[in-house]
Formats: sequence, structure tokens, C-alpha cells
Amino acid sequence: MSFSDPSPLSAAPGASVRAVHDEFHGDLLEVSMGPHHPSTHGVFRMMVTLDGETVVKLKPVFGYLHRNHEKIGENTSYLGSMPYTDRLDYLCSMTNNWAYALAVEKLAGQAVPERAEYLRVILAELTRLLNHTCLAGFLLQDCGASGTPLMYAFREREKILDLFESLSGSRMMCNYQRFGGCRVDAPAGWLDAARALTDGYGSFLDEYEALLTGNEILMARTQGIGCLSAKLAVSAGVTGPLLRAAGVAYDLRKVDGYGFYPRFDFRVPLGAHGDTYDRYMVRVLEMRESIRILQQALRDIPAGPIMDPKAKLRGFRPKPGEVYSRIEGPKGEIGFHLISEGGPNPYRYRVRPPSLINLTILEDLCLGHSIADAVVILGSIDIVLGEVDR
Amino acid sequence: MLGSGLLQGLAVTAKNFVGSFHDPKRFVTTQYPEEKTRLPEAYRNFPFLVSENAEDPMGTLRCVACQICEKECPPQCIYIEKSKDKKPDASGKQQIYPAVFDIDTAVCMSCQICVEVCPFDAIKMDQVFELAATDRFTGLMLDRHALAKPNSYFHQLHPTEAAEVDDRLATERKAAEEKARAAAAAKAAAAAKPPAVPPPPPAVVPLPPPVPPAA
Repeated sequence: MSFSDPSPLSAAPGASVRAVHDEFHGDLLEVSMGPHHPSTHGVFRMMVTLDGETVVKLKPVFGYLHRNHEKIGENTSYLGSMPYTDRLDYLCSMTNNWAYALAVEKLAGQAVPERAEYLRVILAELTRLLNHTCLAGFLLQDCGASGTPLMYAFREREKILDLFESLSGSRMMCNYQRFGGCRVDAPAGWLDAARALTDGYGSFLDEYEALLTGNEILMARTQGIGCLSAKLAVSAGVTGPLLRAAGVAYDLRKVDGYGFYPRFDFRVPLGAHGDTYDRYMVRVLEMRESIRILQQALRDIPAGPIMDPKAKLRGFRPKPGEVYSRIEGPKGEIGFHLISEGGPNPYRYRVRPPSLINLTILEDLCLGHSIADAVVILGSIDIVLGEVDR
Repeated sequence: MLGSGLLQGLAVTAKNFVGSFHDPKRFVTTQYPEEKTRLPEAYRNFPFLVSENAEDPMGTLRCVACQICEKECPPQCIYIEKSKDKKPDASGKQQIYPAVFDIDTAVCMSCQICVEVCPFDAIKMDQVFELAATDRFTGLMLDRHALAKPNSYFHQLHPTEAAEVDDRLATERKAAEEKARAAAAAKAAAAAKPPAVPPPPPAVVPLPPPVPPAA
């Protein structure tokens, strides 16, 4: 349908797409999608106003998974918040751990040994592989390709989770980073297993791309769908692959250069159109770059301690101060804002979740598209409700 | 050509389908209740209490009820009551012991912080995961009798870590014995001399120094 029709604005308040009212179009229909709907990636609800099949208004409703994360963080010790950060974005516990550890290290002025920094980079890039692989699987699931791409993705994800399990003791709730280093050193043979996985991942990506990238159905469902302009992305504070798919070269690994990222040679893939297909492609290309980083890190990782000898586990009281620290998580900028008053727990603890802030543009992306496309667009934004609701 | 991408994708699925019959790389499923994957050494599930002797688990618990784990546990799933009396521990020293030590595994989130903060190596992570119970309250609330497992069991689960812990404890015990012997010798020397010297240090030096709980 064309949106240049000189018809009145849709009746829904705040709607910006014109709804057509003639003998072929009835009244607007309001549909509540979720909170328990397989397409909403958890307990998330979209109040969608439809004109026929076209979305004219979309109101995201969330908070069903709110667990008081930030208030709990103000009442437990600094160390005690570390396992809770696993449960923010439960696919990427390693990067959540790192972001939080980085904030506390900044607050306490702690240094991290070289081997621990390398391990952090390795684990963060493995997490990025894991997250983007799953995202591609879920996106295809949302397109209606039930099963095959998701199961292929989960098969590979399981190999990374096995690595996490043999290192940290848990597949998803890793709780691995500590203030001033990492909890345990890699067991014997772990680095070789990681090297083997890294070397084999490229051929999996080749297979996965042969399955998907040139697929006409995927292209028809995603190209030109949910275009995000660079201007809107920047003004809405969108970060991560969404922003880069819109063509903005902003990657905190390059911008901030935290950790040891300046030591590695990698490129930042950018999209040209900002549509759903670009968001898929940017993630695939990012995985290829992650493999390059992993190969360099696994080649260069030195022997040595993994923990700052001055680090204190119990009775940890950083001096009064305020920090904001951020890293490039797989979903975008994940940051922690901490205010210390010198006590054993932070006075203020606040998370900047990439999923929540990326979700705010959902309506802008969906307007004018059909309700089936809204599901695909939501899938391409890559949200985890544990992080949105906290 | 329109459709070539689809055909290429179908070739991939066909390769995977055929491969799932003969290619060991594609045998990824474990038939769980019948076959089980080997757990990695680092795997953790819920905590248990280490006792030195399997014959007398309650008498030889390493735990001295210092309550640090209770305080540090993020979801507060540990409940400890100190004993009124003292019992000799594994090294023969008189120690307080936990009269009550409960862990609510329905609350526990397997974060391992209790293990990390314990200065006595008394609490470690178990690997048992088939813990379904028919009663959600009593079935999942483990008391100290259910939690106590011998050191040999710890060696079975985490051989590397257990060997390290045993080495460390043996070194500490040896150092404490040397110190006690030196102190006894100093005392004997002081007793032989006229009482002009300052009073000797206590004969028994605390084995591992009890750490005060963090405020």
C-alpha cells in the first residue's frame, strides 16, 4: 500500500502512519502480542495497532521479568553482585562479568595481569560468536524457518558452552571474572581446545552462510524491512550491531580501546541500508572478525598470574568515588555506573543495558510494515529480557 | 538465477542429514538417561561440607562455624548456628563446630562464592545434579548430615583442586606445629631462667587464624 494517500491520520494517539478508511478497510484492530508469545523472545508484550495487516502503532510493554537487580546490587557486596550480572543477559554472562569487573577495577584503581586481560578478550569474543550465532538462528526462527538454522546454531553454541563449562564450571552462569583478574586459570588443554574451536568455526560459518545468506526467502523477508537511519540510531542511543548496520562506525573496542583490543588487528563491518538483512550480515561479518581476534589472542597469550596479588576478595571497600565503565558487548554498549561511599556495597548501582535502549526504536522500525515483519524486526534487534527488565 | 540460493541451502541440509548417519562430527546428541556425558572437573552445582573422616563425618567437619559464607552468600541460602561447646577438629585442636548448617538448594544459585571466601577449605562444590525432590520445602533443604561428604569424595570430583588444598593444609599444619614447638621450647627456656623475662607467648598457637567476619 502507499502511504502518500491523502487519508486521515490513524485514530490511534501518536500514530504517524496514515490509516486508510474506505469501503475496503475497516476500523483499526488492536492486538496484544505476548507476554507469552514464542516470537517475543521471553516475557515481552507488544500492543500492536493494525490497519489490516499493517502496523500503524506499536507500544512495547515490558517489566514482566523485573527482578530488582539494581536495588539488590546496592544491598549486596561488590563481589556478591558478580553472579547477579550473569543473569542480566544470560546468553553473554562473560561480557557482563567483564563490564562489571571493569567498573569496579576503575573504582578501586586495580590493575589486571596480562594473562587475565588476554583471557578476557578470548572469552568476550567467544561470547560474541555464541550470541551472534544464536541470534541468526532465532532470526530465522522468527522468519518461519522453524528448526534447521536454529538447531545448527545451537550445535555450534554448545561447543562454546562446553569450553565455558570446563573453564568456569557453569555453561551459562559463568561468574568468572573477579576484580583484578579472573577466578581460575585455564585448565590443561583448554587453550588448545579453544584454538581447535576457533579454527573450525570459519568452516561452520561458511556452511551457515551457504544455507542462509543467498537464500531468496530470507532476502525477501528482510531486505528493505525495518530500515534504521543513522540519524535516528544516533539520536536514540542505539549501539552495537544495530548502529553499525545503519552505517555508523562506532565500536567501543576501537573507540575506547579497553582491555587489550588495540593490540589486535580487526575491522569493523558496517551496513549500508540499515535494514534487517544488513543487521544479519553485520553480525555474520563480526563473527569473522571475532575469529581473527581469537586467533591472534590465542597465539599471543602469555603465561603468568591471572589475579592481581593485591586484590581482596573479602572486606573489599573501594574508596569513595563515582565511575561509569562500558564495554562493547555482543548486543551493544553494556555499562555499569557505580557510586561508592567507601562501604562494602555500592551506594548506587546502575546498569546501562544495550537491549533496553535498542528496543526503544522498535515502533519506528515497524511502522508501515506488516505484523509478520514486526516479529522479524524484533528478532533482528536482539533483545534478552533478562537485561531489558533487570 | 532465482532459486539458486535455495538449492544451495538444500544441499547443506542434505549434507547434514546424510552426515548425521555416518559422520562422527555430526553425532551431537547424547541419549541422556541411558548415556551421560563426562562432566568437566570444574563443573559445579551445589555446595557440600568437607569432612576428614568418612566414618565420623560430624566429628571431623572442617567447618568451624565462622559464618563468613553465610554473610557473603548473595542469595542468603545458608543458615548456620554455632555450637555452645567445643570439639576437637581433625588436627586435634578444640574448635567450635556448626550445630546447624542448612543450605536451601532451592535458593542457591551455584555461584561458588561460599567456596571462594571460606578460609578453612571446608565448603566445596558438588557435582550431583539429579536432585529432584517430591517436597519443595524439606526435600530441597539440605542439613549438615546431608551436606557432609568425605575428603576422598572431594578428591574424586576435583582432583587438581583437592591436591592443592591438601598440600596447603599440610604446610599450614606443619608451620603451626613448628611454631608450637618453638613456643614450647621458649617457654621451657623461660621456666629455667629467673622470672625477669616477659611472660612467654601462649603455648598453643591457633592453627589457621580465625578470620573475623567482614563488617
